[in-house]
Amino acid sequence: MNEIAVDIVLLALLAATAIAIARLRNLFAVAMLASVFSLLAAGLFVSLDAVDVAFTEAAVGGGISTVLMLGALALTTREEKKASRPTWVPLLLCAVTGAALIYGTLDMPRFGAADAPAQQHVAPDYIARAMPETGVPNIVTAVLASYRGYDTLGETTVIFAAATAVLLLLGFGRRKRGKERE
Amino acid sequence: MDSALTLILGHYNYWMVVILMMLGLYVAISRGNLIKKVVGLNLFQTSVFLLYISMGKVAGGTAPILTGKTDTVYSNPLPHVLILTAIVVGISTTALALALIVRIRESYGTVEEDEILAIERRLEFPKERNV
Repeated sequence: MNEIAVDIVLLALLAATAIAIARLRNLFAVAMLASVFSLLAAGLFVSLDAVDVAFTEAAVGGGISTVLMLGALALTTREEKKASRPTWVPLLLCAVTGAALIYGTLDMPRFGAADAPAQQHVAPDYIARAMPETGVPNIVTAVLASYRGYDTLGETTVIFAAATAVLLLLGFGRRKRGKERE
Repeated sequence: MDSALTLILGHYNYWMVVILMMLGLYVAISRGNLIKKVVGLNLFQTSVFLLYISMGKVAGGTAPILTGKTDTVYSNPLPHVLILTAIVVGISTTALALALIVRIRESYGTVEEDEILAIERRLEFPKERNV
């Protein structure tokens, strides 16, 4: 019961933060609220038993992402200009998409159901065999580093590609020249 | 009445996640400021993570780290693995998007989509006035 209460409160706080992000026009405040959003999500991940995801989200979403955002703000602008186009078209689009998605969730198994197909398929196998086969008690680590090691290699490739692209785009050696143009 | 409460409690997570997703989508498509768009995409992305982790939760379960006892119920570890990878890929795309925005700002002097489009139009049709 306690878990459900934490769940309800955290999700409500997440929604409040998201609404504040949508309404605010000061980008510094938006970056900070995005960090708060990630931290709240990390808290929710803990209550949903995803501890590895929680600390990654807190470090990456709440930390690195905020630092990058602040860096980008320092190099660009602090204030968002008022939108000149109508806002009801995207609002309508989001309402329709959201309604369709919520209609889709009605067929989903109850939250936390142990007999849901997702819980019955291969997950019990991993839980039963991770320790004897890999010797790692943390099943998430066992799957990430051992069973799906190639996926993790692919993930590292993505980071490498992104880092290369960022360095090429910003070209730290020759940034000074473009500065006066503004 | 009781069944309605069961439905609401059983799907509250999914519905809130959908609402968060749509807020993110709204920010991404309705705002002209490119940085705000990236924040919106991040919101959307974190909501998708929440959806996956919600689906892996087993009531009365614990984190999927073996305790050594035989009667422990574990939550599903597979969504956690997927989302760990997704978080890292997400920060890569965010970094790339922000670097692109910094370059756009250097070339156009603005990060507002409307102003960028106006400059583009002026470059493309220099003779026309007031476009």
